[in-house]
Amino acid sequence: MSKTAIIIGGGTAGMETASQLARLGVEVDLIEKQPHLGGHLKNWDRLFPNRRNSDEVFDYLEKGMNDGISLHLNAEISNIRKSEEKFTIALQDGKELQSDALVIATGYEVFDARKKEEYGYGIYDNVITSVELEEFFRSNKQKNLLEGVASKRIGIIHCVGSRDEKAGNLYCSKLCCVTGVKQAIEIKELMPDAEIFCFYMDLRMFDRHFEEMYYEAQEKWGIQFIRGRLSEASENTDHTLLVKVEDTLTGLPLKMKVDLLILLVGFVPSPETRRLAAMLGLKEGDDRFLCPADEHTITNSTEIPGVFLAGTVKGPAGIANTITDARATAIQVADYLK
Amino acid sequence: MKSFGYNITEDRQIDFDANDRNVTVFINEIEPSILLCMGCGSCTATCTTGHFTDFNIRKIHTLIQRGELKHLKKEIMKCMLCGKCQLVCPRGVNLRNLILSIHTALEKSGL
Repeated sequence: MSKTAIIIGGGTAGMETASQLARLGVEVDLIEKQPHLGGHLKNWDRLFPNRRNSDEVFDYLEKGMNDGISLHLNAEISNIRKSEEKFTIALQDGKELQSDALVIATGYEVFDARKKEEYGYGIYDNVITSVELEEFFRSNKQKNLLEGVASKRIGIIHCVGSRDEKAGNLYCSKLCCVTGVKQAIEIKELMPDAEIFCFYMDLRMFDRHFEEMYYEAQEKWGIQFIRGRLSEASENTDHTLLVKVEDTLTGLPLKMKVDLLILLVGFVPSPETRRLAAMLGLKEGDDRFLCPADEHTITNSTEIPGVFLAGTVKGPAGIANTITDARATAIQVADYLK
Repeated sequence: MKSFGYNITEDRQIDFDANDRNVTVFINEIEPSILLCMGCGSCTATCTTGHFTDFNIRKIHTLIQRGELKHLKKEIMKCMLCGKCQLVCPRGVNLRNLILSIHTALEKSGL
């Protein structure tokens, strides 16, 4: 009889783990609470650093959804039991699934920008998140971002909800920096006469081709970078916004009027990740992301035999790293099931 | 001596080795959260005093870490201790206590 695995979460990590496990001959149940697969990938228009269409990556992942994978969409988990090396998962519709291994791939959600009240998200009209901007790019390909608005100055705020004790998140979300630079370039493509300012603390262009994007943003697109964290934004009577930062490189406080403020919201563990962790007794780090058995060497297993982790349940990660991690998880699971 | 119109320009480098860092150590011990600053400038951006004078609390903090104590006394007298800097600090630095610690340190060292 062939061995079975249940994968919880049908985003990038869950899809790739499922695909690779099926290829290795494991029977897979893939559980997703949404009516469709793809997770956050579906919210992206184009991906950094090469600005390819995100649908291409989704198409790749979808091609892996072959025989041997049973999909359970719109599926909410009500209970998980472990007995005699078997996991039994009860779904809310009454269905029960059994398996020999369990993969947690329930990922992250973006930081709720309303928690940074001084930035005015949800209070002022022209404060949006990077996620909303991406949705805009996805659905209004050719439109002017600020149609009807005469002047076109846009502020992009880095580190919203990240590196911030007041938001309860000390960690760096890693990928907001490059997202901001990508989106700044894309705004310039749509609105060549827009003035764009990125307000940053440190630009963490750590991965391949990221630094080159930053270079391109300066050289080709004239994006301007001001080193200072946004202290507060306030709305003017004409619905423009006044931002206040310290321009730390000149050592002077700076105020500036912008027409639109884009908040680069970071990663937080999804509530489902935390709920399942509590249910299974999995270890959370100080940052509330899940801990693998060993941070360097056993990065895909947990301290509970048969329970594995894949993707952003372990912390902020981009698509490429998530896919690589999912493959590593698949190998670990297959090895465990031998 | 004949004057040729030249003079010696004062060296403006931070001479880290020559600077007395006892005051720095003293202040850091009273308020260890000072060590957590990452230089983002939120404090200075929100500082009312900094909008109207050249008072810059982030810079004061950094200068102290380098052992640069010149003008310190004059500078900290500008602070109104309103605490807005502390409210916005993403690293939870106790900036009001930084100012108070500087007062204590300067008094003790007779600077």
